[in-house]
Amino acid sequence: MVNYYVKRVAHAFMVLLTTLTVSFALFRMLPFGPYEIMKLQIQNQMAQSGETMDVQTRERINARIEAFTNIDPDQTMVEAYFDYLFNIIVYQDFGKSITHNEAVWPLMLERMQWTLFYGTYGFALGVSTALILGAVMAYNEGSRFDQVLTYFTVTNETIPGYIAAIILLIVFGLQLGWLPTGAREAPGTVPGLNIPYMIGIVQHAALISMAGFVAGFGGGLDYRGNCIRELGKDYIRVAHLRGLSDTRIAIRYVGRNSLLPIYTGLLLGIAGLLGGSVILEWIFNYPAMGDLLLKSLFSRDYPLLMGSLVLFTGVTLTGLLVADLTYGIIDPRVQGGAERESF
Amino acid sequence: MSRSEDPVTDGGQSREAARSAEDIFNRVSDIERPPRSQQLLEGVRNRVLAPLKILITDPRGAVGVAILAFNVAMATLGVWFFPQPSSLAAEPYTPPFQSLEYPLGTASLGQEIHLQIIHATPAMLKFVISGGIVATLLGVTIGVTAGYKGGVIDYVLMLISDTWMSIPALVLILIISSFWSPRDPYLVGLMLGINFWGGLARMTRSEVLSVRESNKVEAARVMGLPTRYIIRKYVIKNLMPYITVNLANNSRQIIFAAVGLYFLGVLPYTSANWGVMMDQAYNNSNLTNMGQVHWLIIPMVMMILLTLGIILTAQAADKMFNVRLLAREQADEDEGATATATIPGN
Repeated sequence: MVNYYVKRVAHAFMVLLTTLTVSFALFRMLPFGPYEIMKLQIQNQMAQSGETMDVQTRERINARIEAFTNIDPDQTMVEAYFDYLFNIIVYQDFGKSITHNEAVWPLMLERMQWTLFYGTYGFALGVSTALILGAVMAYNEGSRFDQVLTYFTVTNETIPGYIAAIILLIVFGLQLGWLPTGAREAPGTVPGLNIPYMIGIVQHAALISMAGFVAGFGGGLDYRGNCIRELGKDYIRVAHLRGLSDTRIAIRYVGRNSLLPIYTGLLLGIAGLLGGSVILEWIFNYPAMGDLLLKSLFSRDYPLLMGSLVLFTGVTLTGLLVADLTYGIIDPRVQGGAERESF
Repeated sequence: MSRSEDPVTDGGQSREAARSAEDIFNRVSDIERPPRSQQLLEGVRNRVLAPLKILITDPRGAVGVAILAFNVAMATLGVWFFPQPSSLAAEPYTPPFQSLEYPLGTASLGQEIHLQIIHATPAMLKFVISGGIVATLLGVTIGVTAGYKGGVIDYVLMLISDTWMSIPALVLILIISSFWSPRDPYLVGLMLGINFWGGLARMTRSEVLSVRESNKVEAARVMGLPTRYIIRKYVIKNLMPYITVNLANNSRQIIFAAVGLYFLGVLPYTSANWGVMMDQAYNNSNLTNMGQVHWLIIPMVMMILLTLGIILTAQAADKMFNVRLLAREQADEDEGATATATIPGN
């Protein structure tokens, strides 16, 4: 059992290491990659300001490149790679943002908490609604309610989060004017534990959370299918014969067993949600992590871009690791987890 | 000394018996193979018409195929038949469904929206075709290789696909587009496609692992059939329902991502597509004015419709791989069509 946890954590760490390598490869090794482009830009800037290319200037250029990218241009590729890994893993040092002129890591963390704030609410609400509806549909299989909701869920699959976001923005933000359409907090409030500020952030996150709700809604139909399969099994009949209450059977027997096959998939939805945050935050003008990523893309702020890649992946990986480590709790039969085809 | 000259050591067989044994193994069927043209015709009937008939007898399939056919018609005949949209063709922001001349209304400069939609369709279909094919090919190849080879190859391939799955696709696309922004719609599709193979590779691998242990694959192995043949005939064939569903899902993701990227203005505008239309509508019209919103809504509806067509077709396509249904349809097709002996398609 302990061995299994160690294995899972080690695997997650390997995946993170691969991501760091991919990020380094994209950044440093591509012939026309960001690193080369940035080197050219800085050299051009220096040349334009009328400086000659002597040894001193070259050293200054190298020092600037190192400050921004965290990669010393004098090092060989292998040295640079290990240096890069060491800096990130030990010091969380991703270099300095070019546009913001501050360290990338604290900047990203500050923004990420807002993305996770609205994201988890929307996602958790979407997933739980989908599961409840899926179970109700399974219990009323073939009824009018089931049919209508099945069509509704299929239609929902064809609508991306950002279309939902635009419609919510137009209807609730602009036409009805119920909710604010930009910014994170109400103007004139003081951050902290006070009522007006807290109401403000909830109001500002309401629309974007609702758009995330649509993104988290997908698993409903799968859950319905699983529930129907479980309902037909013998142990449910035995449970009825033993005189157990319907609620207990519905929740502890059918609900729990039907959740198992889709558990990891549900948590993988976090990756989709984080990816979608870029467009959602742009639509609602909500300055959080996705917004930071998009702006750094437009200004070609490579240290920030690469840092975001690693951070987004890290958050997804953490979610998946939590799914894996808690799987044993919802399914006590899986002691070692070895036979399970998991992510 | 040859066997036939020594009746004692050949196990008691006479010369005639030996000859008849040889005859058994060399005998050729006296049913004549039908001519090439007819074989081809039968091939089409068994492999194209019969599955298609199954597809469109399902109501979901019928609707899905109709939607897809409509989109393909717009992208091929429509582009050829209708002129490019022109500015100042009419009053700006004419609402939709008012006149036959501008059935979908007009945009900010009076461009006809229905013409914009038609001329933006080819790019959309190109994204889906190249992206869907790339993602599916990569996923199936990597999954089958990992599952069939096992060992270190399996571990490394799965590590790569795990990594790929944990990187949010849109983030990776945005970062790639920071130094490579392709202009050709096929290349855009390719760039999007390489992000969506991870899940399919995982699924294919686990399916291969279970198929690999099945009796028929073991029998095929014992018979010494080449691995390539076993994979194609048994593994891929069993996987077809999975692959179709995944192809549909990947296409959906690719449409969402492509439209999203153009909507954000990340990729350069080189071809008209629905994402570009949405971006222009979003930036140029006043969203508080309900009279101008239709320019934004119509490409969104088209996009939802195309996705719905793909999903419905894929759901109905499940039945196409049901062997019994297929055999029945093939038999129906054969009835009265030909009296000569047929060679079964499969």
